[in-house]
Amino acid sequence: MELGKMIKRKISFHLLTGGLIVGFFLLMLIVSFFYTPFPVNEMHSSERFLPPGRAYLLGTDNFGRDILSRIMKGTQTAFFVGTLAVCLGLVTGAGLGAASGYFGGWVDRLIGQLTATIQAFPGVLFALMIVAVCGPGAVNTILALSITAIPGFTRITRSGFLQFKECSFVEAAKTIGVGPLRIMLRHILPQILPELLVAASTGFSSALLAEAGLSYLGLGVQPPEPSWGRMLNEAQGYLFRAPWYSLAPGLVLILAVLGFNLLSDGIRDLLDPNAEEG
Amino acid sequence: MRTKFSPFYLVVLIGILLVAAFLGRGEWSEKKETANKVVVVIPQDPDYLDPHLASAAGTYEIMFNVYEGLLKPTPDGSLLPALAERYTVTEDGLVYTFYLRPGVKFHNGQPVTVADVKYSLERLMGTETGEPLSPFFSKVVAVEAPDERKIILKLKEVDASLLSNLTTAAIVPKGHRELNTRPVGTGPFRFVEYRPGQRIILAKFADYWQAGRPYLDKVEFRIIPDREAALIALKNGTVDIYPRIDVNRTAELGKDFYTLQSMQNLVQVLALNLKREPFTDRRVRRAINHAVNKDELIELAAFGFGTKLGSGFSPAMAYYHEPGLENMYPTDLAKAREFLAEAGYPDGFRTVLTVPSNYPFHVDTAQIIVEQLKKVGIEAEIELVEWAVWLQRVYHGRDYAMTITGLSGKLDPLPVLIRYTSDYANNFFNYQNPEFDQLYRLAAAESDPEKRAALYKKAQRVLAEDAAAVFLMDPHYIVALRKELAGYQMYPIYIQDLSTVYWTNNNPR
Repeated sequence: MELGKMIKRKISFHLLTGGLIVGFFLLMLIVSFFYTPFPVNEMHSSERFLPPGRAYLLGTDNFGRDILSRIMKGTQTAFFVGTLAVCLGLVTGAGLGAASGYFGGWVDRLIGQLTATIQAFPGVLFALMIVAVCGPGAVNTILALSITAIPGFTRITRSGFLQFKECSFVEAAKTIGVGPLRIMLRHILPQILPELLVAASTGFSSALLAEAGLSYLGLGVQPPEPSWGRMLNEAQGYLFRAPWYSLAPGLVLILAVLGFNLLSDGIRDLLDPNAEEG
Repeated sequence: MRTKFSPFYLVVLIGILLVAAFLGRGEWSEKKETANKVVVVIPQDPDYLDPHLASAAGTYEIMFNVYEGLLKPTPDGSLLPALAERYTVTEDGLVYTFYLRPGVKFHNGQPVTVADVKYSLERLMGTETGEPLSPFFSKVVAVEAPDERKIILKLKEVDASLLSNLTTAAIVPKGHRELNTRPVGTGPFRFVEYRPGQRIILAKFADYWQAGRPYLDKVEFRIIPDREAALIALKNGTVDIYPRIDVNRTAELGKDFYTLQSMQNLVQVLALNLKREPFTDRRVRRAINHAVNKDELIELAAFGFGTKLGSGFSPAMAYYHEPGLENMYPTDLAKAREFLAEAGYPDGFRTVLTVPSNYPFHVDTAQIIVEQLKKVGIEAEIELVEWAVWLQRVYHGRDYAMTITGLSGKLDPLPVLIRYTSDYANNFFNYQNPEFDQLYRLAAAESDPEKRAALYKKAQRVLAEDAAAVFLMDPHYIVALRKELAGYQMYPIYIQDLSTVYWTNNNPR
């Protein structure tokens, strides 16, 4: 069967919707760097709690700030924190997993203990702990979330390396004298890249949620910079007076998490060689 | 196995919902009792019922209705003779003579005698035990009761705060040992019952010395720590008065309620660390004062429920407050830029605004001020810190650039102004001005009330002229009441006075 045809058949509903939603957010992210309807922190004292309308598409908040602009700017925060946290977690996790799987022995045991220790704490609790010790702010949030993301990536990489290091193509490479680092990077890593990609996409959506959670608790990005979680926190005092204020960041958050989860499902279906056909 | 859907479940479900709905209305859960009763919601339990041991403001707010001192505070912040019908002070301010009001009775029926007054004051001073229960009477050397009517207090030095401190010195029956479980006082209501975590019930004291008062037969303080639950309790009729309702929730009350507001004698202040560049320069501080738009701030952060300040004193204390200072630095961006340029910062500067994160009101204020300062080129970055960190680093350690906080007021001006004196341990402003210190010392030693007030006013003017800080507002506290209630009085201190409250016609109870 032709490769193009195969891919076409495997473009599932998940991949399509997920891709569309993520694309929408990426577009919003890019636009927000150049344009927001209003300056994000500009206050209009005479235009507070305006419901969604023509001038303010998503309404205004308790200071008369444009909610749409803040949501757009919040995308930057969410993606900045999410991307860096996942990348850091991915690189560290994959590195640890590779070493653990490839070398085995005491390296494997040591890394196994390390990841088990991190995993012993519930993810958000661990992140909370780190932020509580190191102080709030974007950088520490990224650090905290990336650490909690490490064990997942480590596990996936390790099992992949365990599986492939015995394979004949690896043995062949070894016999012609290829160094371990090159084998790991050039020969084994590409084999497990799809799985890591899926895990990264899921990890990104949980990072978004965790960032919102930390910001909601006042530990993430500091005001007045907008963050979806912080907006939810500020909006809850006006739940009855201005329901749109809490609805907007809430819905956006749901949509983003949904989008990335669908996308990761879709990628998995697309790349999994064992997936059912038809 | 899959269960099949059956109409039976639906019926049961609807039944449960109906029962829940009725219970929620409070029709079943609680039978209405005494008609002439009011329920006030409070957020916490009292610490002690014994008035000499209690230190929490939340306790005083309740027990104000049960206990009284020789003098009583009034809604305008002045002092009303209570158990003492009048008093005299000697010229040197060292001897106070109080004349006991005749015919006043305790809740247990005993008449109040000078022996009771002497006993109560000496218990507070720790005359017998050597361990004072209150720090306020350290300057009193002797309490004497030469005859049936007179109590004489002798001081070792002048104490301008003595009279206002006497309002909190509850007079209790001599030798009554169970004050903490069976409080006995002389107030308009007598203590009936306290159930921890639930309620405190008071009943009318028929022999109260102020004839005709109180109007209510019964008062209940319902303890509901959760603000959301308190609001719901008010709206569904379980509670009649909700003191200190959140300002952003008043819009939800509807037509069955009304609100009263008053200054709470609190000074919300944007403090500038006067030992740190560039705030060492008075021109910079004046520039910031001109840049901060207090009117907009009150509108945005407090929904208009606030009074603009100009110095470290709230107009709630009208007698001591110097009016007009709030207009010393009108919002004027051009002038602010001018001052900044003069000080060598024509393009503004960058700084950090440290705010305690547990006070959403201060956090909101910070966001607004950051926007306002941006207009003159001052870029302030907000740093949220835990309350404990704020106390340790900002308040005690004085390690900050700018911060926002609320300084609570007292009945007496001295503890309010002591914060700005050079050698005060918690002068986190780092304010040092010999002129101010001198005024403070003179006021503390002055026994003539009018001269003292004049000194306080002058001290406030010094603070304002120096731009010692940006004095923002006194945020009002708001009380929500059922519309059938009347007579509620607001005080500049943290109390609920129910002696004047009454139901107008058609009492819903």
